[in-house]
Amino acid sequence: MYTGDEITTILESLQVTHVVWLPDSTLGPWEDALQDSAKLQLVRVCREGEAWPLAAGLFVGGKSPLVMMQTTGFFESGDAMRNIVFDLRLPLFAIIGIRNWLDPHSGDSAKAFAEPIAAAWGLNCDWITSAGDKPKLAEHYRHCRRTQQPGLILLAEGAG
Amino acid sequence: MSGAGASERMSVEQALAHLSQRRRDRDIVVSNQSSARLWPRLSNHPLDFNYNPSTMSGAVPLAVGLALARPHDEVIVLSGDGSLLMSLGCLVTAVASGATNLSILLLDNGMYEVTGGQKTAASDLELDYAGLAAATGFEQISRFSELNAWQRGSDDFFGSRGPRFASLRVGPTPKQEFGDAYLPIDQRIRSFQVALATV
Repeated sequence: MYTGDEITTILESLQVTHVVWLPDSTLGPWEDALQDSAKLQLVRVCREGEAWPLAAGLFVGGKSPLVMMQTTGFFESGDAMRNIVFDLRLPLFAIIGIRNWLDPHSGDSAKAFAEPIAAAWGLNCDWITSAGDKPKLAEHYRHCRRTQQPGLILLAEGAG
Repeated sequence: MSGAGASERMSVEQALAHLSQRRRDRDIVVSNQSSARLWPRLSNHPLDFNYNPSTMSGAVPLAVGLALARPHDEVIVLSGDGSLLMSLGCLVTAVASGATNLSILLLDNGMYEVTGGQKTAASDLELDYAGLAAATGFEQISRFSELNAWQRGSDDFFGSRGPRFASLRVGPTPKQEFGDAYLPIDQRIRSFQVALATV
């Protein structure tokens, strides 16, 4: 949906300083553009559970990180997110790639559980399901920063 | 570097008391799990963050984030062996991040202490955590099992190029040190954030 250059330009305009990520096949093609940015730093983690506390350290240290991962990693890192967002009450923002969301024939359980789990955490989510939704990323990010609350962009994947 | 005999362990209180004495004023210290209960009794510094309750194995990644955000300050993180085992990949993340202002002090007591002293999967293996860190690419690796060696070697350890990893073989935390006598964690991290912004 986004090219690497598009997403990098948007994140730079939002003054994101670090992208803490573990990519999937939709987010992965953004790597070169994110890596080449002079305005933000790409930080690679080995498992998604590391991403939330690492971003927390950046945030507390005065930076503006953004977490990026796929649905399965979001599930895996639920305890880390819970601790950082609800115990430490840090308003982190993440882009979560929702695997197979756009494939109507997919029986992927990761697709089935994505929305209910995001809702169960009570997180402020906004969906991007088509090219027309692209402006929502910047809008939702700015809203969450302005209101100092955590937020997610749920990025529909699997358009074929 | 200090050789570590299999059965030697130093007192965790004395090991951390030494750290509190030699820690510099601008050093950031992140404690976690057992150490987050003991450290506040030894140190009351605005750049301490006692990370408890934490997410499992979250202290090292949090410290990596701090080190990246604060490249001119040294970040020291205390992790237990049980915590580190839950995400050994964080050692790779730490090195790959490029942060050179990071010191990981592994308090290896060979057990899951906060849950009552059960064995970890590694308790019977004599796992060489420092060896794992060395293979990962940490610039400085040390092993300490005796207090005197830790006291003698800590200046060289902290004076070396980072990232640094030291394995400290320690005994259990005395039960009387296990109280949580501090503010809720959201208030603690706010205070810590303010302290970071003002140094």
